[in-house]
Amino acid sequence: MSIVLEGVRKSFGDRVVLDGVSLEVREGETVVLIGFSGSGKSVLLKTIIGLIHPDSGEVVIDGRRVGSLRREELHALRREVGYVFQFAALFDSMTVAENVGMGLRRIRGLTEVQLRDRVAEALHLVELDGYEDRYPSQLSGGQRKRVGLARAIAMRPKYLLYDEPTTGLDPVTKAVIDRLILKMDRELGVTSLVVTHDMESAYRIGDRIALLYDGRIRFVGTPAEIRASDDRVVRAFIGGLPELMQEAL
Amino acid sequence: MATGLGAPLAWVGRSALEISAGFGRFGVFTARAVRALADVGTWGRQLIVQMARLGVDSIPIALFIAAFTGIVLALQASYTFTGAVPLYFVGVLVAKTMILELGPVLTGLALAGRVGANIAAELGTMRVTEQIDALETLAYDPLAYLVVPRVLAGVVMFPIVVAFADAIGIAAGWITSLYLLDLSTPEFMRGVRLFFDPFDVRYSLIKATSFGLVVTAIGCFFGYTVSGGAAAVGRATTRAVVVGSMLILVLDAFWAATLL
Repeated sequence: MSIVLEGVRKSFGDRVVLDGVSLEVREGETVVLIGFSGSGKSVLLKTIIGLIHPDSGEVVIDGRRVGSLRREELHALRREVGYVFQFAALFDSMTVAENVGMGLRRIRGLTEVQLRDRVAEALHLVELDGYEDRYPSQLSGGQRKRVGLARAIAMRPKYLLYDEPTTGLDPVTKAVIDRLILKMDRELGVTSLVVTHDMESAYRIGDRIALLYDGRIRFVGTPAEIRASDDRVVRAFIGGLPELMQEAL
Repeated sequence: MATGLGAPLAWVGRSALEISAGFGRFGVFTARAVRALADVGTWGRQLIVQMARLGVDSIPIALFIAAFTGIVLALQASYTFTGAVPLYFVGVLVAKTMILELGPVLTGLALAGRVGANIAAELGTMRVTEQIDALETLAYDPLAYLVVPRVLAGVVMFPIVVAFADAIGIAAGWITSLYLLDLSTPEFMRGVRLFFDPFDVRYSLIKATSFGLVVTAIGCFFGYTVSGGAAAVGRATTRAVVVGSMLILVLDAFWAATLL
């Protein structure tokens, strides 16, 4: 059970976003992917789940090559992968319960009662008991992100992909989301890849941290290793030191 | 950079390429939507919802337009026929014009605005807020969930709405004739029956079905393929209305040339 990226390349027009990215997320671990804005982190995450097709290279999940899967096989894979969107991407016209239960409706043989129980269980895990009948417009930013997480975990996935789960949140809500990510790892044993800018979160939740820079993985290592790194780009990013970036260029 | 005579030629070339690419994208989109038809379990539930939203909710505006069109047709017919043509020909003109032309075309144009814009704005917003991506991650085919039920609802509901519009337009013309033109009901009905052919109704409904198809398909295409932000959604919505309206007029001429 791992996610393996092998030389993934992706361009949009003349702009090369991913230039041969190779990375492995091992079973049960949480890898945090950091990088500058526009460095292609979200593109990489969408490539993993087949929302964006790479120009070359392979994404292999649990031994399955995503680019070679037939439609039904891709749908089956997606049921095993939860995706938490940056701005939650909740369906506006649906209640919280309908949003969380949306993926569950694809599971054959699940009764309405079972579905309601699974929705309640997912909402309980993100500490939003009793929010079933609210609409996304009635929720705060942090609550929306938690509903997005509940929707992803309701399917009981083996893998979770998080796209900037703490961006735009206050420090307390950030800590709540980080705690939830750790809780998912502990209680559900999922393999996670988290995209973020936020170094505090990265240190808190990551077993390993990878830096995407210039279309490639510039560094990958434990939080202690990245802190000790003498790579100028790594130090510039984690320390927020633009002058070091000038020297690195 | 092309200069002199080259500049307009380059512009023509670029435009031709963009239009060809647009047709290509629409072809791929259509092929994927047709394939999604097989996923009945996904679009089946949504179809009823969309039939209500796109069809039933459009009936008031369609009836409003049809009623006033019927009134104006009756009054203009009476003004035109004064002295030269028997007044019961008002019934001929109202019925023929409503059924053959104004019922389907005016309703179609109104729905191109209401339904086409609604679909493009909704799907466009879903695209830029990643809701369509979210559907895919939840193992849904977004075309089966979003596009197929809307297009099918348009195909099924447009003829029904137009049938109501035709009927209300004729009824409004009849009431106008009764109270403003001193025409009796038997006289008006004599006119209605004079050149009536059941084929006219079929013709009206065929046109309405084709309008339902293009308005919803174009709305879905422009909304689904939006990229960017709010401005892009606005542009897609405008395009959906403009292209949908133009295609209605083109189809109107096409059906007149092929079926009449």
